[in-house]
Amino acid sequence: MATAAEDGMVLLDFWVSPFGQRCRIALAEKGVDYEYKEENLSDKSPLLLKMNPIHKKIPVLIHHGKPICESLIIVQYIDEIWSNNPLLPSDPYERAKARFWADFVDKKVYECGTRLWKLKGEAREEDRKDMIKILKLLEGELGDKKYFGGETFGFVDVALVPFTAWFHTYEICGNFSIEKECPKLVAWAKRCMERESVSKSLHDSHKVHEFVGYLKRLFGLE
Amino acid sequence: MEVKLFGAWSSPFVRRVEWALKIKGIKYEYIEEDLYNKSPSLLTYSPINKQVPVLLHDGKPIIESMVIIEYIDDTWKQKPLLPIDPYQRSMARFWSQYVEDKFYESVKRAFFTEGEEQKAAVESAVEALKPLEQELKGKKFFCGEEIGFVDLVAGWIAHWLEVVEEVLCIKVVDPENFPSLCAWMKNFVEVPVIKENLPARDQMPGFYRMLRQSGLASCDGK
Repeated sequence: MATAAEDGMVLLDFWVSPFGQRCRIALAEKGVDYEYKEENLSDKSPLLLKMNPIHKKIPVLIHHGKPICESLIIVQYIDEIWSNNPLLPSDPYERAKARFWADFVDKKVYECGTRLWKLKGEAREEDRKDMIKILKLLEGELGDKKYFGGETFGFVDVALVPFTAWFHTYEICGNFSIEKECPKLVAWAKRCMERESVSKSLHDSHKVHEFVGYLKRLFGLE
Repeated sequence: MEVKLFGAWSSPFVRRVEWALKIKGIKYEYIEEDLYNKSPSLLTYSPINKQVPVLLHDGKPIIESMVIIEYIDDTWKQKPLLPIDPYQRSMARFWSQYVEDKFYESVKRAFFTEGEEQKAAVESAVEALKPLEQELKGKKFFCGEEIGFVDLVAGWIAHWLEVVEEVLCIKVVDPENFPSLCAWMKNFVEVPVIKENLPARDQMPGFYRMLRQSGLASCDGK
């Protein structure tokens, strides 16, 4: 296992970001050592602005001084550099399915979840229905498998699992129970939490909810 | 090894898959879909998005154009579309995602809105082009002398954007401000595989005017 200094791996991140957590989980699954740098998103570091001048967002993985941006791109990069514990399947068709579902998580879960805690009244009711639909589709894809990747923890698991720390927030904002609507998904989340890579990267769901409360006050939403 | 592609003549997302197949010399059966009357096959193979393109390889469906192109690249190794080097691959994925999420989405918003909302979307689109212009400086194509993944994803800019500009009476790619992008557009449509596989220019404005009208009428300005 190379040290962060030898391999020059730095992750610019923000503690509660599910996108950053994807990268932390992937790096932990591979047993890669790296330097974690917490960013203050209201006062972004010169390093972050230099390494991601286009989006100015975390996460950014810096490897031998070169930046890789966008969480799923970072996870694929990590998977391609370190071949142990592969996250993407070797079969092209299974890879395509994994890419499709990871992209689905990206486009649907985060957007809908954000609307759920930002909006009120009727709009929130619509979002609640949308979120249930999205989670049911994901549960359908999971089926009776141990993980989305089958027997092995994989790309889609990494893409989705950080959002499970937000389930409690979605439930309170949307006034529904995810366990009731999607019991297999909740069981999957619990299995993932038994992996050290996941339990050490995710924060307690109550802490996440506290953070959302802070965001709401910041945006004048309560 | 049977390959089928469900598509629509006007769709740039379908064309980018066709370009990938033709670059690799893969024989396929093309099935034209009527997007106002989708076939049961399409709805079976793409139940979530219900969209073209769908690639069917030995009976297995692959959906989402960028996922399809990566599948094609993973399955048929001749004439690679993505770079071999993992860092260069991550850069190619980054720029493809950028074109799709930042530029295309702004143009789409401009296309389906009016007034101030449209004006803001057009400004957003022009802003989004600046990093692309920078990235193309001194290069023939995004990854060098031959077209690759990013060029295929961005390819709609070289043929469809002009139609959008005509329909909306706007100018997005001003040759004075975007000389490298304009040079790339010219080079791209001259590549034989591309030139021989573009929708008829004279049929496009009418089609896109109708598309815009139906979009505005249904208030589906997403």
